[in-house]
Amino acid sequence: MGVIDWLALAVIVPLIGALAVTALPSRVRGLGLFAACATAVIALRVTLEVWQAALLRSDLGGWGAPLGLALQADGLSAALLAMTALVGLAISISATGYFRNDDQSRHFWPLWLLLWAALNGLLLAADLFNLYVTLELVGLTAAALGALTGTRAAVAANLRYLLVGLLGSISYLLGVALLYTAYGTLDMTLLAEAMQPGPVSGSALVLMVGGLALKAAIFPLHFWLPPAHANAPAPVSAVLSALVVKAAFYLILRLWLDVFAPVVTPVASDLLGILGALAVLWGSWRALRAERLKLLAAYSTVAQIGYLCLFFPLLQATPEGTPRDDLMAALVLMALTHGFAKAGLFLAAGLVQQSAGHDRIADLGGTAQHLPATTFTIALAGTALIGLPPSGSFIGKWFLLSSAVATGQWWWIPVIMAGTLLAAAYVFRVLGRAFNLEPTPRVFVTQARTEVPALLLALTSVAVLGLVASPLWRLLGLEGGP
Amino acid sequence: MTRAASLLIALLTALFAGVLLWVFHEALALAPGARLAESAMANLAATGVSNPVTAVLLNYRAYDTLLELAVLLAALLGIWSLSTATPGFQPAGAVLWGMVGWVVPLLILTGGYLLWVGGHAPGGAFQAGALLGAAGVVLRLSGDATAGLPSVAAQRWLAVCGVAAFVGVGLATMAAGLGFLTYPSAWAKWLILLIETAATMAIGATLAAAYVGGRPGSALGEKRRP
Amino acid sequence: MTAQFLYGGAGMILFALGLWSFLVHEPLLRKLIALNIMGGGVFHLLIAIAERGDQPPDPVPHALVLTGIVVAVSATALALAMGRRLEDDGRD
Repeated sequence: MGVIDWLALAVIVPLIGALAVTALPSRVRGLGLFAACATAVIALRVTLEVWQAALLRSDLGGWGAPLGLALQADGLSAALLAMTALVGLAISISATGYFRNDDQSRHFWPLWLLLWAALNGLLLAADLFNLYVTLELVGLTAAALGALTGTRAAVAANLRYLLVGLLGSISYLLGVALLYTAYGTLDMTLLAEAMQPGPVSGSALVLMVGGLALKAAIFPLHFWLPPAHANAPAPVSAVLSALVVKAAFYLILRLWLDVFAPVVTPVASDLLGILGALAVLWGSWRALRAERLKLLAAYSTVAQIGYLCLFFPLLQATPEGTPRDDLMAALVLMALTHGFAKAGLFLAAGLVQQSAGHDRIADLGGTAQHLPATTFTIALAGTALIGLPPSGSFIGKWFLLSSAVATGQWWWIPVIMAGTLLAAAYVFRVLGRAFNLEPTPRVFVTQARTEVPALLLALTSVAVLGLVASPLWRLLGLEGGP
Repeated sequence: MTRAASLLIALLTALFAGVLLWVFHEALALAPGARLAESAMANLAATGVSNPVTAVLLNYRAYDTLLELAVLLAALLGIWSLSTATPGFQPAGAVLWGMVGWVVPLLILTGGYLLWVGGHAPGGAFQAGALLGAAGVVLRLSGDATAGLPSVAAQRWLAVCGVAAFVGVGLATMAAGLGFLTYPSAWAKWLILLIETAATMAIGATLAAAYVGGRPGSALGEKRRP
Repeated sequence: MTAQFLYGGAGMILFALGLWSFLVHEPLLRKLIALNIMGGGVFHLLIAIAERGDQPPDPVPHALVLTGIVVAVSATALALAMGRRLEDDGRD
């Protein structure tokens, strides 16, 4: 590695941006947008380097593990880092249009850049205690951002989110302390090598994954999510649903497949799968019954996290080789597709809410028609949430189904089918309102700064991830492909 | 919550405590004797400080401490975004003010001492910053609505100076070709002192501002918004 | 070993007590105290395992505790500010 440590910069640059907008509140928009662009460029550059080198590692302080800390990027972190960069950039641009009031954007930018730094730090961390600090930074900034609207409902929901998050982190920290007691190191790679099945590692796994499941809103620990995400300002809801929940899920995946690989049992994986199945059914059902667009989007996040959990029992049952590689890539593909689609959907919902003054689905008819680009965004994002071709989640679900057949775990198939049908129902329930006999304006885009980023996000989830998914296999260093 | 439910939770958590005790016992039995202590002690001479805890906080695991200062900043930004500061308490009587006049300088002096002593004995930026924060709390309790903090703009700079010093040093070492936050050992002592001084001020100011409990400035003295 | 087990075990009991209190009590202040007691329990454990008989203690867990304390203070401060905001809204 040359003089410039891109991994460190991916965390430091958004942090510097946060410091700058905190210290110079009069230039918050320009500085914030500049920092957002710089962060996105650096994160994409890291992804490119991982594409070429497969694994990047940088020892901070020059001590090396286990004494010092390190940052590490492999295909999985790089894929999520790139998603964070693109979604983050789109959210930043649309935030300049959404927060018109100076006071609000002064509060939004420093917290959002801190959150971005924390997300990048979480994705690149190689040390379990360092992950605890990044988790807390994510939790605090996310809760503070969610409460920015200042309504009583928003503050109450996000206070609950904060408390639940703190409970989750403390549980995670106890697991880390037990691992340090038993193994004397906090570095994930070294721990993975030393890990032995037994009561200590087993309970550390339960404590850590349990704590993270609270943060990732895995059924039945999802109760805090819908009110917290539905009451936040739209760009913040997009960050929370697309990125923050996914970061906690990433960490579960990392622990499950890397650090605790010798410890996890088929029963534990089945349990996660069952919770995932319940989340798919319950989340989709509640999304169908939701009266408000943002609440619908929030419940759909619960369901989508459920799909990701369905992969655990199948991964457990599939031996090393191309089928397992395909399954792993499909999991990442579904996570990415959901990230882009949900961010686009929340931004579009925010626009509808601003323009209509409410987001009650039953009364959306006229509004949706006045905003053709936004309606189109909702339709595209809906395509990805249902899993229709050519979206990325279509490929994901395809591999999920074929793996369920191949491993003989046919009982997941009706769950996936039911979830897909319910998703189609809740998406068309919204879209159905858009085709009333109202006069349609001639312009396609009415508010470029907020509509275009949302549209691009939704388009990425459908077209880019669906049609050109095979590079993902290479980035992750896996065999096979769609 | 019904009595039965809380009794059930009590039983379950008691069971949980039992499991944790057993697991901890097993973990101690597995334990490798040395853990990281040996290598932490062996490299101590190159860290620039002789207090091993400070060496871990500001050299071996300095990046953790950097992020932790960012957590503190995030909490303050969150508090500022929620509401404006309340007017504070009534001015204290003469006796209390007299005592405050003694206690606050003493806290600041002790903070400075703890900051310096952290290099070779227990102490350091957090302990020192906590004392400065306590000085702010004492001031606000005795009637100073701003808790002894300077203007709003200065508060913003104070709040970010800890992370800024850290990042600045990290970028400088990176530019020098050593890697992020890799101090040259001849400079380590002074770089650590620089970071710790900035961190102390940031922690002290942040804790005091968090105690004030809302964004400062125009609203001080005004009626809170409905 | 015995001293370590007693001190760290006390931490485990504190953790469980905190968890019970968090689950059972409704008021924000009690929940926050409960979370801090749980954190205290984990810190207890870390301090206990730093002990190494006659040799100077392992500095790494000590440093982790210091970091953990600052994080806990920050989180508590933010939660209290949110709680007060709710109270103020309720009163007006």
